[in-house]
Amino acid sequence: MRHSPHLSARRHVLQKAPTGIHGIDEITNGGLPRGRPTLVCGSAGCGKTLLAMEFLIHGALEYAEPGVFIAFEETADELTRNVASLGYDLELMGEQNQLVVETIHVDRSEIEETGEYDLEGLFIRIGFAIDSIGAQRIVLDTIEALFSSFANEAILRAELRRLFRWLKERGVTAIVTAERGNQALTRHGLEEYVADCVILLDHRVDDEISTRRLRMVKYRGSTHGTNEYPFFIGEHGITVLPLTSASLEYEVGDERISTGVAQLDEMLGGPGIIRGSSMLISGTAGSGKTSLIATFVDAACRRGERCLFMSFEESVSQICRNMRSIGIDLVPWIDQGLLRFSTQRPTAYGLELHLMSIIEQVHTFQPRVVVLDPITNFSAVGTTSDVKAMLVRLFDLLKSQDVTLCCTSLTEAGGDAEHTDVGVSSLMDTWILLRNIETHGERNRGLYILKSRGIAHSNQVREMIMTSEGIKLVDVYLGTGMILTGSARLLAEAQAAAELAQAEARSERRARDVERRRRVIAAQIAALEAELAADEALWQEEARQEAIERRISQTLRHSLRQERHSGMHGEIPSSQVRLDSDD
Amino acid sequence: MNQEQESETPSEKVAAFERAVQQHAIQSYHLRLYIAGASQLSTRAITTLTAICEKYLHGRYRLEVVDVYQNPEQAHADNVIATPTLVMLEPLPQQVFVGDVAHSRRLAAILGIPLPE
Repeated sequence: MRHSPHLSARRHVLQKAPTGIHGIDEITNGGLPRGRPTLVCGSAGCGKTLLAMEFLIHGALEYAEPGVFIAFEETADELTRNVASLGYDLELMGEQNQLVVETIHVDRSEIEETGEYDLEGLFIRIGFAIDSIGAQRIVLDTIEALFSSFANEAILRAELRRLFRWLKERGVTAIVTAERGNQALTRHGLEEYVADCVILLDHRVDDEISTRRLRMVKYRGSTHGTNEYPFFIGEHGITVLPLTSASLEYEVGDERISTGVAQLDEMLGGPGIIRGSSMLISGTAGSGKTSLIATFVDAACRRGERCLFMSFEESVSQICRNMRSIGIDLVPWIDQGLLRFSTQRPTAYGLELHLMSIIEQVHTFQPRVVVLDPITNFSAVGTTSDVKAMLVRLFDLLKSQDVTLCCTSLTEAGGDAEHTDVGVSSLMDTWILLRNIETHGERNRGLYILKSRGIAHSNQVREMIMTSEGIKLVDVYLGTGMILTGSARLLAEAQAAAELAQAEARSERRARDVERRRRVIAAQIAALEAELAADEALWQEEARQEAIERRISQTLRHSLRQERHSGMHGEIPSSQVRLDSDD
Repeated sequence: MNQEQESETPSEKVAAFERAVQQHAIQSYHLRLYIAGASQLSTRAITTLTAICEKYLHGRYRLEVVDVYQNPEQAHADNVIATPTLVMLEPLPQQVFVGDVAHSRRLAAILGIPLPE
């Protein structure tokens, strides 16, 4: 039967034993080489023992691989106490056959060498410990102690070589710790024997700030990250941050969230900023950065989203008190568990520790919004490039989790306003600049949107006013080619209002005049019409009289004509006679 | 201090030395030899040690030979990691010797063995 070369190659791919330590498994693409020894070296106090112990604890608890800890330096009691602070109970694990601590203490002053020897006793003790719980993992911490116990290095080296070969044969995954040497990786050249995987731990102090770093020096038969990765030892043990490898391959949405200031949302095209984007608010001291950011936080809490507020300058109570003055009460959100404050001085510890403490809180609290106020203070604990590198990693991580980040940056007065001390402005999606505009003997706050990626945003300057009902943005007064703010704006606005009122009064007066004239004319028309009607009535009466007279005279003429034709004088009616005589 | 030392006459020093030699001669020994199986080192250690004891400590020693393979608990109790290891339980103070007991001036001195010059 033929195997495809691909398949057979796959079968031989190095098996790995996951360490369960946050970050190390990512760097090593799955863990330490299974069934082989790994050398962990570093100077005193850099976390070798802890790393090794965590490897065993996680192995036993998470991967069902019992482990043996061979301690050459510390006693079982000391180790138990040390890891108890991380929340692990070694005694209990020992009772459950998950982890055995075997102390091998050798003191040179007690030992006299009388000839040739081997370390069969050590092999047997290790073998016994491994067999007692069926261990698949083992730690030798630190085997170099043997070099101070035995004088014959030739024998010791031969025996160590045999030991590692023996461990490989038994198929246990081993961690061997060693002290860092002056020139070489280890003081006694252990890397010669344990050549499969070497991890170097380092603890450096730069500018009075200590940072722990981890580097994979070699890893035979496997790809691995080669950078120096910062790590820190926190409440949950070692956390390595392979964040320099954080990629730019994250999904982005287009959901928009309000900034809490309606007018600012309008400037940002209506609905506000994009969720999962980053917003920078920069400005000089007292320009209202924290107030604006608190408004944003308040809006997020109103939406029911969790917020993590990292304050590097003010205490919780101070911020809450100050924000009450502009009508924002953050205390209920804290009580409801929607808002968590974390107040630390930047100088309290190094950048990496800050980063990891933020990340740890992001992991545990799962906020939708993270606030850093202000990021500029980090420049006290690192160089610009260090701070930038740290923030890049933080931003990438938050973006990849769709967390909206909002940070403030203090601009030195007199400096270039469009400049951030830590050089992160290019990383930010939205940059809001707050500026003190000093005119007419007063300072007012101007708000600009310098940029906002992916959002059609206003290019206008707005004046930011803090009222007891929160932050308001008002249009600056744009008249006669001037931008006016503050009382100058108010004055200009008042003048404009007065002019408007006068104009209104004028037009009202004219309307009243016209109305009056209309009424006068209407009255005149009525009088003339009445006159006309009187004339008409007179004229009709006269016409009627004339008609009567005409009829009488006709009647009279008719009767006279008849009289003359008959020749007889008839009796003339008395009325007619009288009428005629009256004429 | 100085006065005390000076008060001790040479003859007194000699007497003290004689007493110590006397004591040494009657001192009994309790030795425990850890070996690992039937390795060359183990057998050589047993042979050499037994020979030294028989020759110089005849009748006043007790030698236990412990195989670490068969009795790992005992090896654990004595914190043995190298083999062969000789633990001298008596006389006190307890001392530990590592090696195949080939040539040890110190061991010989402690055991009160004349040095093979």
